[in-house]
Amino acid sequence: MLHILKRIALTGIKTEPPPLPDDELRVSAQRLKAEVLGYFGGAMTIRHVDPGSCNGCELEINALNNPYYNLEGLGIKFVASPRHADMLLVSGPVSRHMEVALRRTYDATPEPKLVVAIGDCGCTGGIFGENYACRGRVSNIIPVDVAVPGCPPTPLAIMQGILSAITAQKTG
Amino acid sequence: MEANNLQFVPVPGAMPVRGTDVNAIEWLTACRQMRDDGARLVALWGSERQATLAVHAALAARDGLVILRLPLSKEQPDFPGIEEMFPAANRMQRAAFDLLGIQAQGSDDCRRWLRHAAWDAATFPLRAQFPERGHDVAARDTVDDYPFVRVEGDGVHEIPVGPVHAGTIEPGHFRFSVIGERVLRLEERLGYKHKGVEKCFTGMTLIDGARLAARVSGDSAAAYGWAYAMAVESACRIGVPRRAAWLRALLLERERIANHLGDLGFIGNDAGLSFGLAQFSMLKEDLLRTNAALFGHRYLMDVIVPGGTVCDIEHNGRERIFAEADHLEKTVSLLRKVYDEHAGLQDRLTACGVVSPALAARLGLSGLAGRASGQAFDLRVQLPCEPYDRLDVRLATCQAGDVAARVAVRFDEISESLRIIRLALESMPLGEITTSLDAPPESAFGIGWVEGWRGDVLVALETDMSGRIARCHPHDPSWQNWPVLEHAVMDNIVPDFPLINKSFNLSYAGHDL
Repeated sequence: MLHILKRIALTGIKTEPPPLPDDELRVSAQRLKAEVLGYFGGAMTIRHVDPGSCNGCELEINALNNPYYNLEGLGIKFVASPRHADMLLVSGPVSRHMEVALRRTYDATPEPKLVVAIGDCGCTGGIFGENYACRGRVSNIIPVDVAVPGCPPTPLAIMQGILSAITAQKTG
Repeated sequence: MEANNLQFVPVPGAMPVRGTDVNAIEWLTACRQMRDDGARLVALWGSERQATLAVHAALAARDGLVILRLPLSKEQPDFPGIEEMFPAANRMQRAAFDLLGIQAQGSDDCRRWLRHAAWDAATFPLRAQFPERGHDVAARDTVDDYPFVRVEGDGVHEIPVGPVHAGTIEPGHFRFSVIGERVLRLEERLGYKHKGVEKCFTGMTLIDGARLAARVSGDSAAAYGWAYAMAVESACRIGVPRRAAWLRALLLERERIANHLGDLGFIGNDAGLSFGLAQFSMLKEDLLRTNAALFGHRYLMDVIVPGGTVCDIEHNGRERIFAEADHLEKTVSLLRKVYDEHAGLQDRLTACGVVSPALAARLGLSGLAGRASGQAFDLRVQLPCEPYDRLDVRLATCQAGDVAARVAVRFDEISESLRIIRLALESMPLGEITTSLDAPPESAFGIGWVEGWRGDVLVALETDMSGRIARCHPHDPSWQNWPVLEHAVMDNIVPDFPLINKSFNLSYAGHDL
């Protein structure tokens, strides 16, 4: 126990400042009213869905919760069920075998909800594209608010995507 | 002495590989004899070349890899199944049928495996005449009705889990049959991530294929990158500059450390010690940032390419890696002490998810999970290519076969990888880091075989008449280990499944392709 306490004291606070939202990442006009987004800003819950990634994006999503990025410190946390979620974070292209599961997960998420697609595959289908087993980009299956490119996108880029989705769009 | 005097032809390349065509009888006798001599099955896959279907098996013998190719008749493309010798063959045979329509005879379990509802039972995606389009109908809102094995009796109930899981993990379905909280049986259903990777390879140039290979399983980008490059170099009959081989080993060991650090954190967390996750995930993040700064990619994707590596290591980078190795060694040994002395943690890890060495040998458990169950196999030790032949890699093994053993092997392998990295930095030869790929050879065959962090990764490659990829089969060690997880969970309680599963940390993407 002493080792643990000593290590915690020595480590200190490692969390770095979060990135600013970026309207460029939006793929569709803001669907939710600014007041609704205001509520999300204080306490957001995310359900992650992997409908066919190479698992590179999952590594970076996991990194979001390391002490450097500390996503939970911003009041944003991952939950175990889509029924508890405000946002779906979707990584990878959508395989045909995951198409039904992705639709059902989307349907199970209560309104109002947001969808952030991440990775080159989530944005465009990426290197896998569309074929007999793959439906390509996430927006081919469910509506997407924000898309974050990168292979895989860095934790900061994913964080920026999440923050962009819950920040009201600048007008003009 | 092996396989009734078959005439093998050496396959050139960095690894000792030999291959031959066989008939159905030779196929069976060769497999049986090699099994008796202690060989293990590395991979089984199908192919179609110039309208000839064939099944291939790659077996790891003591002195190298043996590839058997059995051409099949067009009218009845059946072959004798080999799961009696190698139980891990079962799912590979079922996948070969789903993709190519070649049927293993003598198997009790011929259920489809990779095919769910995306294409129908009468068409085979890897055959040349498979239509490119027109598969939209089946997938829509069709739920796959898979015949799971039912466990019946008083008080038995089923818990279906997935494909969408509760955490940030890949999709797959687990069907638990339980009494109370005790698991009687676990049945896995995989294939959800199948996205036509092998079909995507076909027709690509050898250079373009490298990018796809690095994305077969993102957590093993260096292992697949190297295995693919090795396969291309084997098919092209070229060697790489010595410095490139050493750089590749440095990258592979960095990938091993990064993944082991991540797993050690998550295993601690799954047993309730979130301190472990915080500490190990910081160490991993530091290492990933060094990767990004020195090699241009946090997960080392596209750093290893056919012919060499895309970047060298400068003086500053060398100093940074040395300093990082010192820091890692110090901190990891401190954290190991915390893990070892934490009674509550050890109570969860010890005797949990046991795979005995005898069961591991029978089922062909491979890689780090295999070594934690007494299977003393590591390509870097038994069949070392350059630079491992100069590094005298120490094998990390354990006999206990529980979660604690898989944790211990990870700790040991981190220390060994740090030693390898230091040694590599000190003794890396100077010189070029790439060699040019001349005109790609027509109808050539090449093999790449690399000990990734999870186990041995194999890439088998054939080129067509124009020197493009005719067939590329990437094989992940998860194929061998997924079925063993079903055994590891038996008689444990349901809440220990996440911990046991994490201690294996198998790839869905690398398996589903």
